[in-house]
Amino acid sequence: MTTTRTIDTDIAIVGGGIMGASAALALRRKGVAVVLLERDLCGSRSSGVNYGGVRRQGRPVSQLPLAQRAHQVWANLPALIGTDGEYQRSGHFKIGRSEADMAALEAYANLSSDFDLGIQLISGATLRERCPWLGGRAVGGSLCPDDGQANPRLVSPAFALAARRAGAQILERTPMTSVEHDGKVFTVRSGNTLAVRAPVLINCAGAWAGALAAQFGEAVPIHSGHPAMAVTEPLPFFMHWSLGVEGGGIYCRQVARGNLVLGGGAGVALDADRARSERSAIATLAVQAVELLPALKNAHFIRTWSGTEGYLPDRQPVLGKSHTTPGLIHGFGFAGAGFQIGPGVGEVLAELARDGRSTTPIDAFAIERFLPTTVAEVASTAAAH
Amino acid sequence: MTAPTLQPVIVGAGPAGIRAAQTLVAHGVRPVVIDEAARGGGQIYRRPPAHFARNPQTLYGTEASRATDLHSVFDSLQTQIDYQADSLVWNAQAGLLDVLHGPTQTTRTVPYGQLIVASGATDRVLPVPGWTLPGVYTLGGAQVALKFQGCTIGRNVVLMGTGPLLYLVAYQYAKAGTTVAAVLDTARFADQLTALPGMLTQPAVLAKGLYYVGWLRAHGVALHTGVRPVRIQGDTRVNAVVWSDGQREHTVPCDAVGFGYALRSETQLADLLGCQFAWAPMHRAHLPERDGAGRTSVAGVYLAGDGAGIMGADAAEWAGERAALALLADHGVKVDAARAAELERKLTKLMPFRQGLERAFPFPADWAVNAPDALVVCRCENITAGELRACARDAGADEMNRLKALTRVGMGRCQGRMCGVGAAEILAHATGKPIDAVGRLRGQAPIKPIPIHLQAQAEAAE
Repeated sequence: MTTTRTIDTDIAIVGGGIMGASAALALRRKGVAVVLLERDLCGSRSSGVNYGGVRRQGRPVSQLPLAQRAHQVWANLPALIGTDGEYQRSGHFKIGRSEADMAALEAYANLSSDFDLGIQLISGATLRERCPWLGGRAVGGSLCPDDGQANPRLVSPAFALAARRAGAQILERTPMTSVEHDGKVFTVRSGNTLAVRAPVLINCAGAWAGALAAQFGEAVPIHSGHPAMAVTEPLPFFMHWSLGVEGGGIYCRQVARGNLVLGGGAGVALDADRARSERSAIATLAVQAVELLPALKNAHFIRTWSGTEGYLPDRQPVLGKSHTTPGLIHGFGFAGAGFQIGPGVGEVLAELARDGRSTTPIDAFAIERFLPTTVAEVASTAAAH
Repeated sequence: MTAPTLQPVIVGAGPAGIRAAQTLVAHGVRPVVIDEAARGGGQIYRRPPAHFARNPQTLYGTEASRATDLHSVFDSLQTQIDYQADSLVWNAQAGLLDVLHGPTQTTRTVPYGQLIVASGATDRVLPVPGWTLPGVYTLGGAQVALKFQGCTIGRNVVLMGTGPLLYLVAYQYAKAGTTVAAVLDTARFADQLTALPGMLTQPAVLAKGLYYVGWLRAHGVALHTGVRPVRIQGDTRVNAVVWSDGQREHTVPCDAVGFGYALRSETQLADLLGCQFAWAPMHRAHLPERDGAGRTSVAGVYLAGDGAGIMGADAAEWAGERAALALLADHGVKVDAARAAELERKLTKLMPFRQGLERAFPFPADWAVNAPDALVVCRCENITAGELRACARDAGADEMNRLKALTRVGMGRCQGRMCGVGAAEILAHATGKPIDAVGRLRGQAPIKPIPIHLQAQAEAAE
């Protein structure tokens, strides 16, 4: 017979991605007891297999306070998690391929001007002088010098490790199989071997967070996405910037070792848990890569991969307190853009869990935006018209 | 009925692939055969380029008649199969294979309804200090040089490691006029004695092995058993091998080294196809599961030959034929059930011999214990045994994919095909876990590096 191990704690976290792990670390730094359940290994899904862009440029303005907060955390990464995770403020350059693109980039620079991103628009002769390696289709672009890149394979697990060192109980290979709430305390179970009891539960289950939310009457239209990723063999180093393209599509960066990491387009799901880059996505990526960076013409792809990310229809996360259940806090659905803001989200989740509120504005991410409007709300909306 | 819509694809034209193709053709089915080499035959019966004039007796020795038979069977099939030579299957998903044609540098997608994977094997590499020096080859690589191009890896060579290939390559090299400075076997003579009962179940094969050993002795080649490789020495290229007999170190000057510890199956394709894997203790590897006929866990996908578990060339021929019969039967084609049963019997009967081989040439289970921290395990990424151990110790990595993510082991051009075995041994030892518990690296396309511009061409053509 199996005996159930019961752990009583202040905060329980479900999901060991960069959101959950950085929340655990932030809570420990506040001295709060925390238990994190991860069904596989921390950072083994989207947090550890993403592109590794550490980018504020191009985010919706509503995310910029969070992104700025995260930017401060990234600045102190080695002190915080014990590794630099290959993080570099190498600059993020968003390429424009037409005058319309340039106008859009300029509009974004104006829109984000309150946030001190330091964006510089570069075009014409300056562009060709600064990056002779860019293919002919780029007419200019927008550089955010303090944005950059990091290695997600290293950073995301390191947050979990740092949290563990700080005293968090990080339980890997421990899937949540049920959760109950008695009005005061959540009981999270993993099979019949473990029960974690805590008055506060943080839902950081990524692409799989929807079921937990739905159980508490907060079904949201979340779906899984699978970015197609590829990496080349190491090439002579030529490019500091991490590149994106206005309007979306390909993105790529070169790591210090020389490999080019490329992303763009969608992979295919193998099952509910795993995904792979798909052939046609890789082919498209290759065409775009050579067009963007002619130096890649004779390079080889040595590996391709994908992950499983949670997307909400407006491509904004759900971040904040549950609308229905006191003590439940959500942080999921980062729509392929969670890596940079992850460490900021962790701090916000920790504030919400301990203090009930965050100093960073997060109203835009409230789960209410997906919930059926209540009768009272309908009435008040009607009255306002 | 002969199922006119049936056009299976066979990946690999070695002993398994050729017999599978022959069997399908005999039943009125026209398969597609895709093979990486320019000419069929696989590794063990690899053929030289067409204009080379060396005769089969020189090339294949005692195996000449088997090789010639297989080659002539394949030649005779040419009008009845769609043969794609020089073609690498670099990606697979349900119903589709992506194939890179080397000479024209083009890639195309080959659809399939049924697939026989006969992907073969490569050397099982356990690094030794100095193994990345120029002049160091695997045993299989050394043999391929001889068979394919008629060259040897050096004039004065040391052959080291364990497995039947060790003595065969030594014999072939000596016969080719190369000085074999020493044959260094990590297996002990006592291992070979205890293995005798199993080996005696295939007396002809055993006799061949004994013949090679006897011939080498008679020709004054130094044979040492129970050795522990210490290092391969050299500045710009190899100039000596240092080994230990447990008491003291010995140095053998040489200008080239061939080394290896039997073979490992090429399983990436089966992995990409979604086949279930299980730990196979005799092979000391996670291998795709299959029934006695070669059926995998994925409907329509069959496995044959060393790619599904190292059983050797004869077994590969039987397994190739058996898998083809299974494929035909599964699609309503009438096949000879007695022949199918006979093939399975032959394969089963081979097991005691196969286990005998493992006893005669056991995996050096103490390799990881003795691997120094400075030893480069992954040469693509220059990752040392010490870095792997530190990762297990400091970051708690206890599984291969996590070890890869944190250290880059297996992240280079070979994608773990060469370094994976050693890395797993180091990890198991460092964590105190049994070797099967550290898992295996997940397969990721491309199976081998593919040029980006090929992809661009394919896209432009669409």
